[in-house]
Amino acid sequence: MEYIVLILSGILFATAIYNILQKQLLRIIIGTVLISHGAHLVILTMGKLKRGQPPILDESVTSYTDPLPQALILTSIVISFGITSLLLVLSYRTAKENNTDNMEEMRGESNE
Amino acid sequence: MLTAVLIPLIFAFFVPFISKYKQKVHTGVFVLIIPLGIFLYFIQFIGKDFAPFIHEYSWIPSLGINFDFYLDGLSLLFVLLISGIGTLVVLYSIFYLDTSEKLSHFYVYLLMFMSAMLGVILSDNVFVLYTFWELTSISSFLLIGYWHHRERSRYGAQKSMLITIFGGLSMLGGLIFLSVITNTTSIRAMINSMDEILNSNYLPLIMVLILLGAFTKSAQFPFHIWLPDAMEAPTPVSAYLHSATMVKAGIYLVARFSPIFHAYEWFFITVSLIGIVTLVWASYMAVRQTDLKAILAFSTVSQLGMIMAMLGFGTEAAVFAAVFHILNHATFKGSLFMIAGIIDHETGTRDIRKLGGLLTFMPMSATLALFGTFSMAGVPLPFLNGFYSKELFFESTTHLNITSNTFAATFADIIPYLAVFGSIFTFVYSMYFFFGVFMGQKKLDLLPKKPHEAPLGMLLSPIVLVLGVIIIGLFPNIVNGTLLTHAAKSINGNVDYHAIQFWHGLKPAFLMSLAVVGIGTILFLTIKKWRKIYSVIPGKLSFNELYDKTIDITDRYAKRITNFYMTGSLKLYMSIILGAIIAFSFLIMVTTDGFSHITFNDLADVEWIDITVIIVMALAAICTIFVNNKLSLIIITGIVGFGISILFVIFRAPDLALTQLVVETVSMALFLLAYYHLPELRKRNETITTSASNAILSLGIGTIITMVGIAAHSSDWFETISDYFVETAYSLGGGHNIVNVILVDMRGLDTLFEITVLGIAALAIYALIKVRKNKEAE
Repeated sequence: MEYIVLILSGILFATAIYNILQKQLLRIIIGTVLISHGAHLVILTMGKLKRGQPPILDESVTSYTDPLPQALILTSIVISFGITSLLLVLSYRTAKENNTDNMEEMRGESNE
Repeated sequence: MLTAVLIPLIFAFFVPFISKYKQKVHTGVFVLIIPLGIFLYFIQFIGKDFAPFIHEYSWIPSLGINFDFYLDGLSLLFVLLISGIGTLVVLYSIFYLDTSEKLSHFYVYLLMFMSAMLGVILSDNVFVLYTFWELTSISSFLLIGYWHHRERSRYGAQKSMLITIFGGLSMLGGLIFLSVITNTTSIRAMINSMDEILNSNYLPLIMVLILLGAFTKSAQFPFHIWLPDAMEAPTPVSAYLHSATMVKAGIYLVARFSPIFHAYEWFFITVSLIGIVTLVWASYMAVRQTDLKAILAFSTVSQLGMIMAMLGFGTEAAVFAAVFHILNHATFKGSLFMIAGIIDHETGTRDIRKLGGLLTFMPMSATLALFGTFSMAGVPLPFLNGFYSKELFFESTTHLNITSNTFAATFADIIPYLAVFGSIFTFVYSMYFFFGVFMGQKKLDLLPKKPHEAPLGMLLSPIVLVLGVIIIGLFPNIVNGTLLTHAAKSINGNVDYHAIQFWHGLKPAFLMSLAVVGIGTILFLTIKKWRKIYSVIPGKLSFNELYDKTIDITDRYAKRITNFYMTGSLKLYMSIILGAIIAFSFLIMVTTDGFSHITFNDLADVEWIDITVIIVMALAAICTIFVNNKLSLIIITGIVGFGISILFVIFRAPDLALTQLVVETVSMALFLLAYYHLPELRKRNETITTSASNAILSLGIGTIITMVGIAAHSSDWFETISDYFVETAYSLGGGHNIVNVILVDMRGLDTLFEITVLGIAALAIYALIKVRKNKEAE
């Protein structure tokens, strides 16, 4: 199971990178979203999957899933949400100001 | 001693506050206290029965780097020069620099230099010495560029910086060698274990590296080119750094290490040869100059060469003459620099062709210059200290008993002639300086200002220095036993006290002095006839040209290389970074054998629902590449996000699933809002090569992630730390939800920063929208 999930995150990373290497702003943002999904899966897998019960203390339960990756991912989800929204507004503004959403056209006058 | 070294630096912090009142009281008045205090503190150690001592202060003991300040005769001489000349220079600067200048900058740099220089001289630890050494280069750079609106100042500052830092770095290399070989960082300990150094295979390399540091700092041929350009600095700085103290740091270094290297015959050849060549070349060049300060700059270079040569000889007489000349040079050259500054200040020019006959206007300055120049020329008069050390120099050149090596022996035979040859030019430029400025016909119409005598305060410092010239000249033995013998003894242990006498009898040295004066006078009187030769040699082939070309070419190629990859295309940058990640990760995986530990033992079961979700997500992710409709793109991305939350449920992470659901929903809403404003996706019309390279990069990264994940999952190098959280979640955090306890209790600060990041993002988003509205409203 773990290896399948890791392959999935590999696919997520590959598609994300492919999108990031594009010229259009929207694709690049989508790429960053996919990257964070992939990273979350990797972190979660590092704590091993499907062992024990959800990490909520209960007297009748003896083994729990690793809570540490979950705490890390929780932080990460929120942060990547912040980044996604910032990028969205930023690209919206950039596209408005420059009348283009093509990265290659935003290089400025001279390439110095 | 730590206080003495650091107090200028500490005081420098307060200078900007003091300088607010500079209109009422010149900032220099306050600064004056510092060098004066240091001078008074150290002068108490002068005496016949002075004994070296050390003060130790721990700094980084684990690396053997400590503030160990060692005061012996040599460092005492330098410390007194630094603080004594420092006092006079600050006093002089009070009258030289107008209150409209940026005084706080000037004095902060000057105090920084003072600390650094004291540190160089007193440190027994090579690495502390190196640190202070570079600090002197930096403060010198800042002071040369003090009038940074002038192009020449900036050029001179950069040149001095590049050359001295180059030397400093090679010196660091040499010092590291030394400390590795002897297993100590203390100079005294290195001297004690000099046998190990002398027997080392790296001895020639070490010597060259260390001498590079000394030669660049002390402006020895061919690195002398930075010193004349450093004359763009304000005159007090030239008098202080570029004549009396900083340029002698190289001399100090050679003197300090000469107990080690002296047993090595190439030390004599290298140091003496470079020293003598510098002496001859620079004194010849000095005669060509027309700028007063340039004459003095080349003269300084040549005098430094002379001291360097004497240190290379290393005999008792030569070493004594060297320390004597260090002191004498500081007195007469310091006063001459200050007089050059006065002339510049009062007439508005330093061009010797425009000056002449100033004796009647500036009798005081003329008198002072008379003593200074005649002392520098080594005119045999009993009240000029320059004569004594020059005479001792001549004497030492005639007593070189070198037999070890035929080359060295031949060279030793030529040295007296070269010494006389160089000194003749010294005589000529000294006379040229004095007579050209103060005698001859007046050229008042050429001067920008009407000349008049300088205020007494400005003359005070050169007067003190000239008094030093005369007193040392009349009673050389005042400083001899109390200071100079101790200093020479720390360079060469065999030095004993010898009284200095004016009249030695008709020895070769005296004849050499007479020859210098005789031939010098003839050359000076017929100087007009020689002008032509002076302007022909050295012509275009100069080291300045070489330096300029090197800088120019480096600059051009650096720009070209940078422009090659800094194209402004973010995509290219991304590709380079990703390519590097792939290459290095694979390399490390292969070299560290990362693939060999993969096991299939400890894996969770696979159920059909997991597979379904995963396949859907994978397909959706792949679809994002091929979809050309932005609404579809957003929705497909949403599928991946919601898929993740289902996976979180399956993998027993309820909090994550909840959060992911909420965040995904809000994100979708945001995307759809932005969707309205963003342009429609275009069909990609990129070439096959671009798509292929993109595909390779993305597949590479994907593979790396999977590989690293699998390899990491299979490893069992570390115990898990999660049990700690499970066990203590209730007892320490008082909560049943372990994930929540980790976030708000155990890693509370992380969460606080996370909230901060979100807050910053929110502010930025707000600003991005708000600013536009204001602009539209206008």
